[in-house]
Amino acid sequence: MSTFLVEIVTPERKVYQETANMVSVTGVEGELGILPNHIPLVTPLRIAPVTIKRDGKVDIVAVNGGFIEVRKDKIVILAESAELAQDINIERAEAAKQRAQQRLAAKQDEVDFRRAEMAMQRAMNRLNVRQKI
Amino acid sequence: MAKGMRDIKREIKSKQSMKQITKAMEMVAASKLRRAQGAATAARPYADKLKEVVASIAAGTKDVKHPMLETRPIKKTGYLVITSDRGLAGGYNANILRKVTQTIQEKHTSTDEYVLFVIGRKGRDYFRRRSMPIVEEVVGLSDAPTFADIKTVATAAVQKFAEGAYDELYLYYNQFVNAITQIPTESRLLPLDEISEGTTVSAYEYEPSPEGVLEVLLPKYAETLIYSAVLDGKASEFGARMTAMGSATKNATKMINQLTLTYNRARQAAITQEISEIVAGANAQS
Repeated sequence: MSTFLVEIVTPERKVYQETANMVSVTGVEGELGILPNHIPLVTPLRIAPVTIKRDGKVDIVAVNGGFIEVRKDKIVILAESAELAQDINIERAEAAKQRAQQRLAAKQDEVDFRRAEMAMQRAMNRLNVRQKI
Repeated sequence: MAKGMRDIKREIKSKQSMKQITKAMEMVAASKLRRAQGAATAARPYADKLKEVVASIAAGTKDVKHPMLETRPIKKTGYLVITSDRGLAGGYNANILRKVTQTIQEKHTSTDEYVLFVIGRKGRDYFRRRSMPIVEEVVGLSDAPTFADIKTVATAAVQKFAEGAYDELYLYYNQFVNAITQIPTESRLLPLDEISEGTTVSAYEYEPSPEGVLEVLLPKYAETLIYSAVLDGKASEFGARMTAMGSATKNATKMINQLTLTYNRARQAAITQEISEIVAGANAQS
């Protein structure tokens, strides 16, 4: 079975680096399943889980936006933050979710609203990923 | 004990405790420096990769139009200045602030012509005292700043440029060379210079479109540049503090030696005088 290298990089560090068989991500245009020898592609990502399949195992990573660069034998995901499922702190994510909910309910000006919405998405994404393992 | 001697003794003691403090600060700065350097290195792959992709889009597609790449006539200028929260770091803050002030005085006649973004308490206080226009500020940054810590100021700086609040953005920070050398650096962040590297770029597919991808990437790229400047600034701060405290410790040692010498001399003089007094007294009696 053919494989490729998958890297997830944030400004702070390299979060993930493994040889994998398949990656599925959610791009701005929709879901993408990527296998080795995919045509080179660059696309921004939504705040969503990234699923990586390797040797029968499945890794799920909570990726906060960013974008993916696909090459024939290598995939690089660049995001402002990314966490492996087992590294996610549930309490923090719950707290963040609640904070975001309060802000959304408070209905401030547009910028704050958008920011709260993004925070909400990030928190939901983390919780989703955490629940999948 | 003569009075002069007691004073000297007190002075030696105070120098000694000062030396202990500076020595401790030096060692703390040294260990933090190592960590800061590590963080700066860890951030490099992200910045490099972003640059590579942005460059390949710029090279692969002709006539990409984006507000962040366009040079506009300059009516207003933005300055992003990176300083530290705490002092005792030698010329770290003074150098960078002097450079900024000089540039501003040369280029502008009124406070309407520029705005400032400041990171670090020292810089903020400095500009505030001179009532210069600060738009956004970040203070109390941790020793290992995360991207989220500076995201607000970075995003604001980039967005205000895109909105046309100013027509160029300069970045001022101390570039880290090594522990004893930090260079106050000025670099133009926006509009982005031609990012052209003659690397073999693979022809990518872009989804939804090259312009759409660029729209997302360019602000990120600029923010990343700011972040790496912050990390560089942190490393410089610890380097500067380490060197400053190192020389402070050295000076304290020198002063202690000098004072000990004076003290011993005074002590010897007192003893000699006492002996000669006794001898004189004995002689007078016989």
